[in-house]
Amino acid sequence: MFKRVMPNGEIQKLIITEETAKIRPYAVAAVLRNIKFTKDRYDSFIELQEKLHQNICRKRALVAIGTHDLDTLSGPFTYTAKKPSDIKFKPLSKTKEYTACELMNIYKTDNHLKHYLHIIENKPLYPVIYDSNGVVLSMPPVINGNHSKITVNTRNIFIECTGTDFTKAKIVLDIIVTTFSEYCENQFTVEAAEVVFPNGKLHTFPELAYRKEMVRADLINKKVGIRETPENLAKLLTRMCLKSEVIGDGNQIEIEIPPTRADIIHACDIIEDAAIAYGYNNIQMTLPKTYTIANQFPLNKLTELLRHDMAAAGFTEALTFALCSQEDIADKLGLDISATKAVLISNPKTAEFQVARTTLLPGLLKTIAANRKMPLPLKLFEISDIVIKDSSRDVGARNYRHLCAVYYNKNPGFEIIHGLLDRIMQLLDVPPGEKKGGYVIKASEGPAFFPGRCAEIFARGQSIGKLGVLHPDVITKFELTMPCSCVEINIEPFL
Amino acid sequence: MADGPVAEVLLQRLEAADGGLDSADLAAELGVEHQTVVGAVKSLQALGEIIEAELRSTKRWELTAEGEEIAREGSHEARVFRSVPPEGLPQSELMRLPSGKVGFSKAMSNKWIRVDKSAADGPRVFRVVDSVEDEVQRRLQLVQGGQAEKLGEKERSELRKRKLLTEVTLKTYWVSKGSAFSTSISKQETELSPEMISSGSWRDLPFKPYNFSAHGVLPDSGHLHPLLKVRTQFRQIFLEMGFTEMPTDNYIESSFWNFDALFQPQQHPARDQHDTFFLRDPAQAQQLPMDYVHRVKRTHSQGGYGSQGYKYNWKLDEARKNLLRTHTTSASARALYRLAQKKPFTAAKYFSIDRVFRNETLDATHLAEFHQIEGVVADHGLTLGHLMGVLREFFTKLGITQLRFKPTYNPYTEPSMEVFSYHQGLKKWVEVGNSGIFRPEMLLPMGLPENVSVIAWGLSLERPTMIKYGINNIRELVGHKVNLQMVYDSPLCRLDAERGPPSTQEAA
Repeated sequence: MFKRVMPNGEIQKLIITEETAKIRPYAVAAVLRNIKFTKDRYDSFIELQEKLHQNICRKRALVAIGTHDLDTLSGPFTYTAKKPSDIKFKPLSKTKEYTACELMNIYKTDNHLKHYLHIIENKPLYPVIYDSNGVVLSMPPVINGNHSKITVNTRNIFIECTGTDFTKAKIVLDIIVTTFSEYCENQFTVEAAEVVFPNGKLHTFPELAYRKEMVRADLINKKVGIRETPENLAKLLTRMCLKSEVIGDGNQIEIEIPPTRADIIHACDIIEDAAIAYGYNNIQMTLPKTYTIANQFPLNKLTELLRHDMAAAGFTEALTFALCSQEDIADKLGLDISATKAVLISNPKTAEFQVARTTLLPGLLKTIAANRKMPLPLKLFEISDIVIKDSSRDVGARNYRHLCAVYYNKNPGFEIIHGLLDRIMQLLDVPPGEKKGGYVIKASEGPAFFPGRCAEIFARGQSIGKLGVLHPDVITKFELTMPCSCVEINIEPFL
Repeated sequence: MADGPVAEVLLQRLEAADGGLDSADLAAELGVEHQTVVGAVKSLQALGEIIEAELRSTKRWELTAEGEEIAREGSHEARVFRSVPPEGLPQSELMRLPSGKVGFSKAMSNKWIRVDKSAADGPRVFRVVDSVEDEVQRRLQLVQGGQAEKLGEKERSELRKRKLLTEVTLKTYWVSKGSAFSTSISKQETELSPEMISSGSWRDLPFKPYNFSAHGVLPDSGHLHPLLKVRTQFRQIFLEMGFTEMPTDNYIESSFWNFDALFQPQQHPARDQHDTFFLRDPAQAQQLPMDYVHRVKRTHSQGGYGSQGYKYNWKLDEARKNLLRTHTTSASARALYRLAQKKPFTAAKYFSIDRVFRNETLDATHLAEFHQIEGVVADHGLTLGHLMGVLREFFTKLGITQLRFKPTYNPYTEPSMEVFSYHQGLKKWVEVGNSGIFRPEMLLPMGLPENVSVIAWGLSLERPTMIKYGINNIRELVGHKVNLQMVYDSPLCRLDAERGPPSTQEAA
């Protein structure tokens, strides 16, 4: 059982000033008294802080941990925020003093610390913790002071956790102290520390709260799919370090949740532990009894049917990326990006992730460019989604299922692409002609097409796409050399 | 060729020959290139047993260019001798003659000439004998006439040392009569024709033997993409198991449906810029089901439905942030929410296979876009045992029968299990999927009844495809850098059939 104990002498105090409110308002603290480190324990102590920083602390943004040799310091401690130029100290592993501004610069090239600078960099005040003699303990979340650094020989540790999430700070403190209290002279005890908030309120830490939860035995059995007695279930849970016993009508299990299990927030967390203790591979496999009739998503059903007949028509299927560069869907096709109604991605790492595609054509042309050595003609197709901005949708954008085919050869093969379109319409049972429900193509133009060799396709009363010979500019911009014709249509009107 | 003149002549000569003939000899006799005779031999061979041809290596002696000159003009020493008149010749003059230098010493050692050093105007060369026999020229002429064997070996090697002769290896054929020998070879047909059928002439015509070891002509066909062939199979499997396909035709999703509705907290690292693609435009989702949103907010920040919650400040702005969906579980959440609005509750089985986007480190087996397969069952009283049972049926249809389950963690399922199967080729257990039971904090705010459990599992489409088709680099499979030849050549996707000896390369 982990215990919080009051110190023999005066309790360590951490006073939070109001300046921290705008930048990093919360702090908690505790003391590990008379601890005995070995090299392994010491390394493990450092490693635990790093791991916590990376996950629950969300890379120090939510919580940062500082651990200090209490014997080198003298409380009470003050947690405040100051102008960077007013903060000066010797940080960990350095030999002289620097101001906070200097440190920001120095750490810009430090592979480990550079990732945390942004948390405070542009703020007017930086967080800093002093002891009563003005010694800097740390400048969270970036770096601790060298003065109070922990070594293998450290006997008394002052731990402070600062952050923007109070719950997480308390959890993190609990985890560190419970883990390492094993090595204290008074095993499994943690010395209390007091935190004074700007409003004058006093809190004692660590909380080390134990709570009791009640779960019905038959609920556990029902959810896991086993048939254990309540006593057995209590035993399984106790084995998982959740001390449990059967109470009440013999069906209730009372479980003690220790401070090390902040992850248990619902009965399902307890049920998982019971299942783990039972052994997943020991659970009997059964099938749900309810039968259901399956339905295909109509758009996918249509796509599957069309794909097979496109291959039967002699075209080869490609699978290209939905994300591409702005150039790919605009400049290279003779368009301005604003005319495309494309969805734009923020902070793309490379040009390949600037936008979501509004047409399947660039992907197919890039596929041809990457397969230049293959014998001609190259006949490719793809039936897949493009993305367009649409304010009528809840998210402001929607997908359209497009079909696109290209013919790449020594001759452009417009009649072949046209023939393919005729075949597709035949398969979709759309007769040629202006009559209702029929399709017709009308001469058109577009910056991506060779003049006089472009047509717009109308079916079932609406424009569904275009076909034509590609403009030589488009061909060269995609690093191709042969003539090429293409067709691209929206197949959703045919559902 | 077999009906050419050379072949005809060859057959005639063979008839008359005793035992056989040599192809090189015949070529020389006919005055044609040796290669032409070889061609005729080969095409006669193709007709069957008409001739027998044995490949031989013969060595022939041939004159070098110098040797040919000597055969013509005589040896250097003989020429030297002939140019010495009875009264002698000044040595200096002799040496200036074309054969002078070379021939002089040889003529001296043959004792055909002598030098008088005491002559008045310099050393003078005189004949010793009256006439000489130009043995060297005679010998060379013998070789030229094809009678090199008349020379002794010593003589031949001497001439070779003087670089007048070389030994040449010639590959020739020794041609003899075959069991079906005949001097008349009729032209062989290759194909049956309509005229032959109508006239019946096919009965009397010989047909050229067919080369069964050559390949045929591949039909001019289109091809389906291997990854999508695998997708078709997975769709089939779900439909066979009674699962209905969810709509997933929305790459753009709000953080609300992608994270918050799934009870993934707003502070979770996965919501960082480096794992998720957020949008610049449209940056925010404008429409959200607000009463549901409030229930989700309360569950996150305060708890409820039997949960403590995460106890943090939940922000609507954060939930509105648009992104490229990081999983298709967002589509499952939408489907379950729709299901929850239908009263009374009816059980449902859903699946989806579609594209998802992750802003992570890219390498040989990871791209920013990939396809996720997801299956969901919602029903009263589902257990972990049911989940395992459904998984067993699902994976059996993939030809995977040995399964083991390991505890793992997902933000939105509890309990969670990793699914492993034993890979025969790699001789180890490999992960084939992830699964779990959705948390009550996710399902109850939707309005689903309390005793309804929802089990779910997922895996990627790329990984089994790369294992099945033996592909190591994902870029060769997905995207524009695809290896088109691989697409042309890839076999049918039969997920439950063993694909020959398993690939020895490390699975993706």
